[in-house]
Amino acid sequence: MSNRHSSREPVIRAAHATLGYEGTPVLHGLEFQVPAGSRVGILGPNGGGKTTLFRALTGEIAPLSGDLKVRATTATVAQTDRSRLDYPVSALDVAAMGALARLPWWKRPGRSERRQALESLTMVGLADLADATFGDLSGGQRQRVLIARALTADAELLLMDEPFTGLDATSEQRLEELIDRLAANGRTVMIATHEVEQAERWDLVLCLNGEQISFGDPASAISKPVLEATYGGHIVEIPGQPELGVLPAHHHHHGDAERPGR
Amino acid sequence: MIDWLADPLAHGFTVRALIEISLLGLVSGAVGCWVVLFGISYSAESLAHGMFPGLVGAALLGLPLLVGGAAGIILAGLLIGLVGRLSGDSADTAIAVVVTSLFGLGVLLALSPESPPGIQALLFGDPLGVTEGQLIATALIGAAVLVVLRTGHDRFLAVGFDDAPGRIRGLSPALIQTLLLVLVAVTVLVGVQALGNLLVAAILVGPAAAARLLSSRMKSMILLSAGIAIFSGVAGLYLSFHARVAAGAAIVACLLAAYLLATLIARARTGITRMPPIRKEPADERASQLV
Repeated sequence: MSNRHSSREPVIRAAHATLGYEGTPVLHGLEFQVPAGSRVGILGPNGGGKTTLFRALTGEIAPLSGDLKVRATTATVAQTDRSRLDYPVSALDVAAMGALARLPWWKRPGRSERRQALESLTMVGLADLADATFGDLSGGQRQRVLIARALTADAELLLMDEPFTGLDATSEQRLEELIDRLAANGRTVMIATHEVEQAERWDLVLCLNGEQISFGDPASAISKPVLEATYGGHIVEIPGQPELGVLPAHHHHHGDAERPGR
Repeated sequence: MIDWLADPLAHGFTVRALIEISLLGLVSGAVGCWVVLFGISYSAESLAHGMFPGLVGAALLGLPLLVGGAAGIILAGLLIGLVGRLSGDSADTAIAVVVTSLFGLGVLLALSPESPPGIQALLFGDPLGVTEGQLIATALIGAAVLVVLRTGHDRFLAVGFDDAPGRIRGLSPALIQTLLLVLVAVTVLVGVQALGNLLVAAILVGPAAAARLLSSRMKSMILLSAGIAIFSGVAGLYLSFHARVAAGAAIVACLLAAYLLATLIARARTGITRMPPIRKEPADERASQLV
């Protein structure tokens, strides 16, 4: 699992790309390049185009115009609150599902795939819970199982859709460490988030609101005008950091009381 | 007791019925797990009712029931697609409209003076009337369904878990769901002979729903469901033989009893031994929406 992309060729290259559905543009002006092994934060309001970008990166939709090239096996890590908690599967079963992205349709995952799934669970720190029922795990653990599934699929580009939503402080820290580790292994991770502070700690940030507002390393790509353009002026100031802002908590967190320290 | 068990075995027709219901229990028990997991019980039941005019037509023309039922299912499927598209209504509404109309048409045909006697067997089934040819058909078709289920097991499981495209190489989630519906249709078709149009859904949904309450893994759920289906089917036939009640109804009564028993066991388990897992999210609310 060492550096897969030793070449300097970017993993994602967007040039004048416009994305949308049935001819109706949703997101335009995409112009960015992501090198392998980067952690990329994606900021933007709900409906700002994050999901559309993810669907284009997985190849589900083609750009309406311009160019969007992805040079990596891609897997999305869905929000864990979309997954079924009543489903009769173990953590290992879910992690092994990743193999279906590679196997020919008539071939069933066998022992080697399950071994690989266990390795993936080990990578995300859940080897000891491999036999636990998926729905019995905590939100943070489920999120890591879904990441393990992407690892079993040999994904080099992981697209995470608000993976921190609903996590407590400890789970959040674990997940951040895991993202760092994945990137250190040469995997590229794109993370949709609402936390500006969090995005600041990653390598790159992409701000979207129907169009690309800014892209680059956080120091240069995040500024008050950028955040105002990204979130449409609905921002409040962080005490002690008047030059930046964070969002008010209106972005459908499922129970903010469960997020200590916020 | 031994006589009680052995008596029915003296007759060829009860032995055939026991074999038929066991084969059917095995196949429906397995297919039913996917029906319950994918939440398509209503579609499964509708498929059974929608094929009724096909069955009556076959009886009137003296054709094999399998042929009439297959034609009926294909017609129902096409009409549901057509009505859904023309009216723009939800799939539920289209299914309801088409299936009730088709069922009504079937009843109309069945009540016509030309109808042969015994057409009520199409509604309530006649496991004791199963012929050797029908047994062979059940065994062959059932084996084919089980082979497809086993080959596709992991894909079905993954699509039911979450159906984002691209997770499964070479197959779209829609294709896998369609394949599942075809398997359900074939199973219903095979089951109609023994259990009839109105009762066949019971052996498809009942044992799987019961097994669901008692298993936390798909494999154990399938095995348990098939076991419950076979046991209820055999018990129902014995009940019918000794108590002289209609076989189809007796089988359904046993299926229902098994489901109620499973509910009680599940209740007792969660109440006494199994503490609810500690969660950070309001998970239960979401889980109940998905059932």
